[in-house]
Amino acid sequence: MPYFDQELAALKDKLLTMASYAEDSVRNAVKALTARDYDLALRVRSEDEVIDRFELEVDELAINLLAKAPLASDLRLIAVAMKISQNLERVGDEATKIANRARDLSQEPPLKLIVDINPMVHLALQMLKDALDAFVNQAPAAARALIPQDKEVDSLNKQIQHRLAGHMIENPDTVTRCLNLMVVSKSLERIADHAKNIAEEVVYICEAQDIRHAPGGRAVGM
Amino acid sequence: MITEERQTIPKPPLVAADSARAREQGSGSPALSVRNLSVFFGKVQVLKRISLDAAAQAVTAIIGPSGCGKSTFLRSLNRMHELVPSARVEGEIRLFGEDILSPEVEPVSLRRRVGMVFQKSNPFPTMSIADNVTVGLRLNGVRQRSVLAQRLEHSLLMAALWDEVKDRLDAPATSLSGGQQQRLCIARALAVQPEVLLMDEPASALDPLATRKIEDLIRELKKKYTILIVTHNMQQAARTSDYTAFFYLGELVEYGATARIFTNPAQKQTEDYVTGRFG
Repeated sequence: MPYFDQELAALKDKLLTMASYAEDSVRNAVKALTARDYDLALRVRSEDEVIDRFELEVDELAINLLAKAPLASDLRLIAVAMKISQNLERVGDEATKIANRARDLSQEPPLKLIVDINPMVHLALQMLKDALDAFVNQAPAAARALIPQDKEVDSLNKQIQHRLAGHMIENPDTVTRCLNLMVVSKSLERIADHAKNIAEEVVYICEAQDIRHAPGGRAVGM
Repeated sequence: MITEERQTIPKPPLVAADSARAREQGSGSPALSVRNLSVFFGKVQVLKRISLDAAAQAVTAIIGPSGCGKSTFLRSLNRMHELVPSARVEGEIRLFGEDILSPEVEPVSLRRRVGMVFQKSNPFPTMSIADNVTVGLRLNGVRQRSVLAQRLEHSLLMAALWDEVKDRLDAPATSLSGGQQQRLCIARALAVQPEVLLMDEPASALDPLATRKIEDLIRELKKKYTILIVTHNMQQAARTSDYTAFFYLGELVEYGATARIFTNPAQKQTEDYVTGRFG
């Protein structure tokens, strides 16, 4: 394999490893929340540093490859790798936020939930998994298919925020716990946003079509 | 940046939609319009029915592996192929509408309109800097000192060399550095006021600093001239050109806006070539 291709493969491997850490981080954060697992919440927080280091390493590899003046699909892949690593780093940050709230909530009496956060958890996690699978498999159709789901997550987040706000007014003693859940809901919504961003970048890698900010996913292509 | 739908260019004729777009965007008729151009050296056909329009006041890069016919294509545009006795041409080349392959067109007068700069700078070694620039004019009968002086300064200014040589115009051209000599050759080509400038790997023998000066110069010159440049340097094509044509085995494989060719080529052969995975 040519030396340049080996370096490109190393970049992809690094990004995939980072992705698996980010995905695990979200899963563990959600698990810490639902299982009221204080220790697991602390672990998610400490592992965020690993994801941060991956971002730096991916960027360094990408910059070194860009210095070799790649073109066409190589250029698209390297440029996108930097963007995906940034999105994954932020996914890690959101997982840490969830873990922090899970840690705090685990120290409080359980809140009799008036909202079901599980559908949103499943949808956001599935979007993240599908986006990363689309990247691994270079599958633009799969990437496009998951993008509309972001609206569903947005809608679920709004419902949860609304219900929690109402619950706080009626039960002032639950304000702190409800606020923590609001942050969790917002973080899940942001994770879905990052999954959508990654999916859009997969479309760009594969088809050179820039579908960001395009109504109905219509591309601004080269 | 010109945006467009991903396209597969039909063949033949292989005329880029991009160049049609360039015309629509205000540069009027193409400077050079080539149709079904085939070039033979003896029995060997080195160009096969090439058709493309080169937009006026734009830079068109010709890329492709060695032996693909890109230099032959460039040389046929000012009929330099005729210097090879066995050369034969079929097809049509129009310069602003005029059929330049017509026997009525004098190759020497054509070469005044379509100037050329070569890979290796080739100043006349026994001549001064000034004489190198004005030699073409003097060969064409221009004798007036004021005209020669004005063209000398103007050409050197256009070639971004004036400031470096204005105090030593009588010095031998060979006293200049390689990069300066190449810009001197560009000044010499500009002195006869061509309409088109052909450049055959003009910076391949230069260091990065001199290369950057040539590339900056190309971008500046395109405001006034139509430029076609043959280059093996993909990044140079990406930096300097508006349109890029990829040649392979004497055929035009793909032609389009440079931004698209280097980020999203339509043809696999082009992708493989620009990413260095050819063959």
